[in-house]
Amino acid sequence: MVQYNFKKITVVPNGKDFVDIILSRTQRKTPTVVHKGYAISRLRQFYMRKVKYTQQNFHEKLSTIIDEFPRLDDIHPFYGDLLHVLYNKDHYKLALGQINTARNLISKIAKDYVKLLKYGDSLYRCKCLKVAALGRMCTVIKRIAPSLAYLEQIRQHMARLPSIDPNTRTILICGYPNVGKSSFINKITRADVDVQPYAFTTKSLFVGHTDYKYLRYQVIDTPGILDRPFEDRNIIEMCSITALAHLRAAVLFFLDISGSCGYSIAQQAALFHSIKSLFLNKPLIIVCNKTDLQPLEGISEEDKKLVMEMKAEAMKTVIGQGGESMDDLGVLLTMSTLTEEGVIAVKNAACERLLDQRVELKMKSKKINDCLNRFHVAIPKPRDQKERPPCIPQAVLEAKAKEAAEKEKRKTERDLEDENGGAGVYSASLKKNYILANDEWKEDIMPEIMDGHNVYDFIDPDILHRLEELEQEDGLRQAEEDDDDFEIDGKELTPEEQKALAEIRKKKSLLIQQHRVKKSTAESRPIVPRKFDKDRRFTTERMGRQLSSLGLDPTLAINRARSQSRGRKRVRSPDRGADDVVDMDVDTPNKKLRIRSRSRSRSKSRPPGEVVPGEGFKDSTQKIKAVKLAKKSAKKRNKDARRGEADRVIPTLKPKHLFSGKRSTGKTDRR
Amino acid sequence: MRMKKCWFCSSTIYPGHGIQFVRNDVKIFRFCRSKCHKNFKMKRNPRKVKWTKAYRRLHGKDMTQDSTFEFERKRNRPERYDRNVTENTLKAIKTIDKVRSRREAKHIERRKKGKKAQQTIEAVKELEQSISLVKAPAFLRVDPSLTLPKIMVKVSQGQESQSQRMEE
Repeated sequence: MVQYNFKKITVVPNGKDFVDIILSRTQRKTPTVVHKGYAISRLRQFYMRKVKYTQQNFHEKLSTIIDEFPRLDDIHPFYGDLLHVLYNKDHYKLALGQINTARNLISKIAKDYVKLLKYGDSLYRCKCLKVAALGRMCTVIKRIAPSLAYLEQIRQHMARLPSIDPNTRTILICGYPNVGKSSFINKITRADVDVQPYAFTTKSLFVGHTDYKYLRYQVIDTPGILDRPFEDRNIIEMCSITALAHLRAAVLFFLDISGSCGYSIAQQAALFHSIKSLFLNKPLIIVCNKTDLQPLEGISEEDKKLVMEMKAEAMKTVIGQGGESMDDLGVLLTMSTLTEEGVIAVKNAACERLLDQRVELKMKSKKINDCLNRFHVAIPKPRDQKERPPCIPQAVLEAKAKEAAEKEKRKTERDLEDENGGAGVYSASLKKNYILANDEWKEDIMPEIMDGHNVYDFIDPDILHRLEELEQEDGLRQAEEDDDDFEIDGKELTPEEQKALAEIRKKKSLLIQQHRVKKSTAESRPIVPRKFDKDRRFTTERMGRQLSSLGLDPTLAINRARSQSRGRKRVRSPDRGADDVVDMDVDTPNKKLRIRSRSRSRSKSRPPGEVVPGEGFKDSTQKIKAVKLAKKSAKKRNKDARRGEADRVIPTLKPKHLFSGKRSTGKTDRR
Repeated sequence: MRMKKCWFCSSTIYPGHGIQFVRNDVKIFRFCRSKCHKNFKMKRNPRKVKWTKAYRRLHGKDMTQDSTFEFERKRNRPERYDRNVTENTLKAIKTIDKVRSRREAKHIERRKKGKKAQQTIEAVKELEQSISLVKAPAFLRVDPSLTLPKIMVKVSQGQESQSQRMEE
C-alpha cells in the first residue's frame, strides 16, 4: 500500500535560483584556473568539462522534478481526480512536459557545443564557446520559469493535502453546508475542524481517525454540496464529489431537521436524490442532526414523507448488500452534536455497516479461501445435554449488590465540598477523623510557641508531678540561700577615711590628666621650655597655698624665695628716692630714665628689638631677624602678573636632553 | 512552627527571622541576625566572643547545670493530643520559667559576691600608701589622724582665712 504522501517532493526552485544554483555549483566543483599558456588540449578539456558538468546538473535536477511529481494516471483514481479537480490535469501535464523538453534541449545544446569545443583553437575561442553554451542553457531555464513557479505552488499545496488512504475503512460525511458535519467529526475523532455559522467553512477534505472494535476507521469530512447541475459546481464541491465517487466508504448523509442551516428539508431531499447515484454499493446511513432544536417526530407531514423516501432509498442499499433486512435504526438515525446524544450510536452503526460490507466482500473473493483454510475455531462437543450455566455463589452476589448500593449512598468529601459552596468556599476539616481520648478536643488549636519556648519540648504526661518536685527543691534551696545572704560585711571605712580617699583619688586623676595634656602637646608641637615665668603664675602666694594644703608651714619658704628674686626697678616716681638704696642693678643710663619718667602719662610699648626674657631669643639681633622673616612671609602677593624677581628662574640647570646622548653624525665634544 | 537556636549567640530564632546556611557536609548553621552571620563568616569562635552564650557558659558567667533545663528537651516521638496535659504544660512552662530565671539571677549574684571585701582592702592600702599626696609627711608625724589639713590664704591686712581645697 503506497502511502500517498506528497510531502516528500523536493522543492522546485524558481528560474533565477535554479540558474544560480547550477552555475555556482559549476564554478565551485570544476577547476577554475586556466592560463593561455597551457596546451590546447588542456584548454579544450577544461572548457568541455565545464559545459558537460553544467548540462549534467541541469539534467539531474530536472529529472528529479519530473520523477517526483506524481503521474496522474498511475495513482489511485481518487487522487487523480482530486488533483485534477484542484490543479487541472492539463495544466499539470503541460508543465511537466515543458520541464521534459527543457531537459532535452539542454542536452542537445551541450552536445553541440562540446562538438564545437573540440575544434577550438585558442583560449579565447574556447571560452567564448563555453560562455555561449552556458548562456543558452540558462535561457532555456528562464523560458520555463513560469512552469517552475506553477509546479512549486502545486507542490506546496499537495504537501498540505490530507493523507487519505483510499483502501482502508473510510466513513464519508456529506450533506448541505452548515448541517453539522464538521461538528460530528470533531466529536468522534481528534480532528479540530473549524465550525462556524457561515456556509462553506470547510473548504477542503479533512481526515480524522476513530476506533471501533479494535480497528481504525478514517472519517472524512467534506465541504458542503449544493444542489446544482454537475457542470456548475465549483472546485470545493467537486472535492467532495470526487471523494464520494472514488472512495469505497460508508456514507453518512446529514440532514438538518430544524432547518437552521438555511435550507429546508425539501431542498436537502432534492440534493439527496440528485447524488444518489454516487451511493451505489456503499452502505448509506441517513443522519438527522440537530434534534435538540427539532425532534424527528415534530416535523411536518411533507417533510416526513420526504425523509421516508430517502430512507427507502437507503434501505435499497442495505438490501442490495446481503438480503439482511435491517430495521429502522440501521438506516435512519437521529442525533444532536450539541447535546451529544446519539453521536456514538451513529458512529457505531456506520462502522458496523461498513465492516459488514467489507467482510462480505472479502468472503466473496477468492483470496479469502486460502486464509480460511488456515484457521479453525475449535468448539468442544458437548458430551451430554446437561445445562451448565456459570455458577456464582450467593454471598458474592449479595456483596456485589451491597457494594453497588453503598457506592451510591456513601457521601464523599467531594460531595460535601460541593454542598457547602464549592472549592474556593469550603475548606475540608482535616481533624474530622482524629482519634482522641475525648472527642470534644478534636477542634482544639494547640499553641506551639509560648514565651520564647517551643511547647512541644515541654509536653510530658507527668509534668505536674515533676513540677511539684521542682517546687519542693526550690523551697529548700531558698531557705538555704536566705541563711547565706547575711554577708559578713567586714571592715568599713570611716567617713574621715572616705573623705581622705576621695581626695587622694581626685588628686591622682588630676595628675594623670595633666600628664596626658603635656604628653599630647609634646607630640604635636614641641614646646620651648620655659625658663622664665612669662605669665607670672608661679608666685609665692601660690606656693604658700599649696604648701599649706599639704599641712606644712610656708612662711619660711616664701621668705627664702622672696629674698632670692630680682626686684622690680623702683624708678616710677621721684618721691621714692629714699628707697632707691634698695635697688641693686643699675642697667639703664640716666637719659633713658629721664625720658621714661617724662612720658609717664602715656602707656608705653616695648621697643622692637628689646629682648623679653621668656620669648626665646638669644639677643636683640636675633629677635630683629626673626621679626623681619615673619613680616616677609606675610607680604602681599603680586597679582598684576608682572614679572618679578622670582620669575627670573631657570627651572633645570642641566637638562638631560642637552647634556647626554650620542649623535647620529658628528661629535659630542661641543654641547 | 518551631523556634531554633542561633548557632553563634544561642538566642532563639523566631519564625521568619534570620538566615540558615547549609554546608556541603550537610551541617546546618542558623543565625538570628546578620551580626552573628557576619561573625561566623569571619570564622570567629563563639567561645571566644564575649557577648555570646557559649562564652558565658564556658567561663562560668551563666548557670550551666540545673534541673530546670531537664524540662525542655526535644522529644522525637509525637504524642497524642490531650487537652489536660496541654493545659498543665502551659501552666508549668510559666512556673519553670520563673524558677529558672530566679536561679540564674542568684548564680550571677553569687558570682559577684566578695568584691566588697576586696575593695575595702585595696582602699585601706591606697590610703596608707598615697596619703602623702594630700598630707605632708612632716604634718603626718605631728597629726597622725587622717584629717586633711586646711589651706591658708593670705588676705590683705594680715588676716588669714581658709578656703576650698582645690584651686587649679
